[in-house]
Amino acid sequence: MNNNTDFLLALENVSVSFDGFKAVNELNLYIDKGELRVIIGPNGAGKTTVLDLICGRTRVSEGSIKFKNQEITGYKEQQIVRLGIGRKFQTPTIYEDLTVFENLELSLPRGRNVTGALFWSRTDEVAQRVTEVAEMIFLEGDPDQLGGTLSHGQKQWLEIGMLLIQDPELLMLDEPVAGMSVSERAKTAELLNEIIKNRSVIVIEHDMKFVESIAHRVTVLHQGKVLAEGDMQSVQANPRVKEVYLGH
Amino acid sequence: MSGIRTDARTLELIGFALVAALILVVLPLALDIFRLNLVGKYLTYSFVAVGLVLCWGHTGILSLGQGVFFGLGGYCMAAFLKLEASSAANTKIQSTPGIPDFMDWNQITELPFFWVPFKSLSFSLLAVVVVPTIAAFILGAAMFKRRVGGVYFAIITQALAAVLTILIIGQQGYTGGINGITDLRTLLGWDIRPDSAKYILYFVCCFLLLGTMFLARFVIASKLGRILVAIRDQEERVRFSGYDVANFKIFVFCLASAIAALGGAMFTLQVGFMSPSFVGIVPSIEMVIFCAVGGRHSLVGAVIGALAVNWGKTLFSESFPELWLFAMGGLFIGVVLAFPRGLAGLVTDQIVPRLTRFGASRLGSSNSRHTEPSPAPAE
Repeated sequence: MNNNTDFLLALENVSVSFDGFKAVNELNLYIDKGELRVIIGPNGAGKTTVLDLICGRTRVSEGSIKFKNQEITGYKEQQIVRLGIGRKFQTPTIYEDLTVFENLELSLPRGRNVTGALFWSRTDEVAQRVTEVAEMIFLEGDPDQLGGTLSHGQKQWLEIGMLLIQDPELLMLDEPVAGMSVSERAKTAELLNEIIKNRSVIVIEHDMKFVESIAHRVTVLHQGKVLAEGDMQSVQANPRVKEVYLGH
Repeated sequence: MSGIRTDARTLELIGFALVAALILVVLPLALDIFRLNLVGKYLTYSFVAVGLVLCWGHTGILSLGQGVFFGLGGYCMAAFLKLEASSAANTKIQSTPGIPDFMDWNQITELPFFWVPFKSLSFSLLAVVVVPTIAAFILGAAMFKRRVGGVYFAIITQALAAVLTILIIGQQGYTGGINGITDLRTLLGWDIRPDSAKYILYFVCCFLLLGTMFLARFVIASKLGRILVAIRDQEERVRFSGYDVANFKIFVFCLASAIAALGGAMFTLQVGFMSPSFVGIVPSIEMVIFCAVGGRHSLVGAVIGALAVNWGKTLFSESFPELWLFAMGGLFIGVVLAFPRGLAGLVTDQIVPRLTRFGASRLGSSNSRHTEPSPAPAE
């Protein structure tokens, strides 16, 4: 049977259980090319688990995940990354002992095997690409600054930059504005609106104002299942959604 | 390009030059051949420490079994020398002439098959590096592909050190047992025992060590070196940058082991024997202490650490033999508590900034607002 679809990413009947607890339960989720999808849901709804499943960090118990019609369940993390799926974590994970420049340079999708890395040369082209991205993420000022000395917001941006330089077709962001100040938040929304061009994005976010400012389509998860899906207005109007989540 | 890196590299090159001057000029002039030969022995531990800087300091893989690789390198070298020393003429009083004496004592009448290739020097030299590398590769692949790391890896390497020691001691007909492989005499007819040979071997050891340090420095300065640091900081993130973390860990573990093995081979040549007492758990942990005391992030620190601790051990145990183990334990605790970045950390974090500030303040009086610290301390 041919299950091929036009979707960039298709999750079908995906379940995962941890010691009998079903964190994700027969979930179906389809992401179009160029789509920006926001996933919301109360704590424990399985939002982060869904991203973990897509990027190979957690193995699915049942079901299928296809990226560009290619089954990716069972692939290792780095293989999935190389297919074009990028992932940002909830807490900013950058390399603290490396400089901003080096953080971005490492994320450039080239020289990824041992010999490639050993005999890597920092060409003008590499430096230019890194500088370009550093400008985009507002960190062009001091490329030699150590990652560990950046502010929380700057770390978040740096991680977004590290994804950007990978140029993934699908970008997954887990709470990109968590712990940011109001002005940083506005800048991040601007940044996200810039980088979602030409690619699909899945965003997990709690901040409703932020969601309204960027959302195209919203999926509401509850107890590992899709509770509602649609544009922001229809989701907000949905009585079941109000009950489990927005009403609080 | 990047300021902090250039500063660190300048400092490191100064350190390399100082180490070279110390071991190539100062020590040979200051010490008699007996002491210099001891220094040569300490320097063979510096090889291990250099390897540990790569795999522990930079990548965060703590191996408590580097004695295994040191030993394998040493045994490969010893096997060749032993076969040369066991010529039919030298061993004609044995019941089976032409085989090593310990085999004869153990009623072995024929050279075991795995000893035969060690009749060739080129095979033996190759084996010094290749055998430990293969062992490290098998262990590394088995562990890192399954994502075993941290304490578990350290424990497994320690177990390996115990296993190899027991194997060597138990199979004494094939390995020389607890006495090791002794009574080594010549290398292709060149006697390694007189003082002149000891001088030559000492300098060979020094140049090999310096070469190893440059190799390690090349690795650290490459993008691979930065990936290793990234793995230490955020292993998960490195995977999500599209790298196969296990391959990088295997590479650096194999490299560290090959370097340790070179040290082992130089040990055999300079000390004249190899025994299981340099393979087991205690020597392996001592090697980690050398590296920690010197500074596990610094190549120069590790080399100096191995020299300093061993020098201290010799001096101390000549006067108070029973106290040495306590002193060693105290030293390790002191390092961990007081200066976790070791001697090298003391230099780069305390002494150099002070010198720089001192230099800057003197410059500042004549050159009004030049506050940027100069990369190299004004010496």
